[in-house]
Amino acid sequence: MAAIQVKPTRMELSNLKKRKKVAVRGHKMMKDKRDELVRRFIEYARKNQSLRAEVEEKLSRAMKSFVLARASMSNAEIEEALLYPARAAEITAGTQHVLSIQVPQIAIQAQEGFTYPYGFATTSADLDLSVQLLAELLPLLVQLAEIEKTCGRLADEIEKTRRRVNALEYVMIPQFTEAIRRIQMKLEENERGNLTRLMKTKEMLQQQKEG
Amino acid sequence: MAKIGVIGDRDSVLLFQAVGLDVFFEDDGERANRTLHRLAREGYAAVFVTEKLYPACAETIAEYEGQPYPAIIPIPDNQGSQGLGEKKLRQNVEKAVGMDILASKNETGKSR
Repeated sequence: MAAIQVKPTRMELSNLKKRKKVAVRGHKMMKDKRDELVRRFIEYARKNQSLRAEVEEKLSRAMKSFVLARASMSNAEIEEALLYPARAAEITAGTQHVLSIQVPQIAIQAQEGFTYPYGFATTSADLDLSVQLLAELLPLLVQLAEIEKTCGRLADEIEKTRRRVNALEYVMIPQFTEAIRRIQMKLEENERGNLTRLMKTKEMLQQQKEG
Repeated sequence: MAKIGVIGDRDSVLLFQAVGLDVFFEDDGERANRTLHRLAREGYAAVFVTEKLYPACAETIAEYEGQPYPAIIPIPDNQGSQGLGEKKLRQNVEKAVGMDILASKNETGKSR
């Protein structure tokens, strides 16, 4: 592994030791974050799956009866009936935080006393059914939007966090360890060199004295 | 006060008008993409796109993936579902966990 190139000094050694400590702590926290993210993600993903199945099934039913309605009414009649909504859907959108990731929070005000946006004279019963089904489905659709977006955001964040964890674990920390070891060995070697030099000098001085 | 938009062909999404969502009729993928982009800029909280047009909007969808809003969600059109939403969920799971845990659960459930 390509270790970081540093001068073998005590200063660098203490710097590296500090950096390694930070990296190890960061790695531990990232790992905890990743585990918690995955746990929550799986919760959301399961909810997402069941909700989507439900929405698709109900929506298909609404669409089917709408197709029937189209067949039994003229284009102009249908558009006249539908183009003006009974009331605009009241939606409030905010953000909530899941482990400091911003995710959407969408709520729809319950429409009390559902009314059809048209009179019954020119419309078929199929149209009534499809509009009613869709109105019932609306809160679910909004919930699906919220959960699906949350799922996507969490998946992205998990991927990022996992990369960081791996980079710390397999690159940064081993590099620091290796560099610290190299500096320590170099320092010890210098120390030994110094010691032998001292012993040698002492011996030479002694010989001079005797001789 | 947030808004919710629906993009799709006339036959499929006309119905959404009746419940008070903002409906945009598009048959062509290119134009749907442009409309989606405009809606995203105008601050829609969620945009539902029919599965037929969803692949053509990939560019805009990718652009807004990193932001909390808007949520761009595929819905089945009047020809039924093609399983696009399910597939997207699977991709997300695979990206996050490293393997497709939802699928394996279903298959074992079926084989029993």
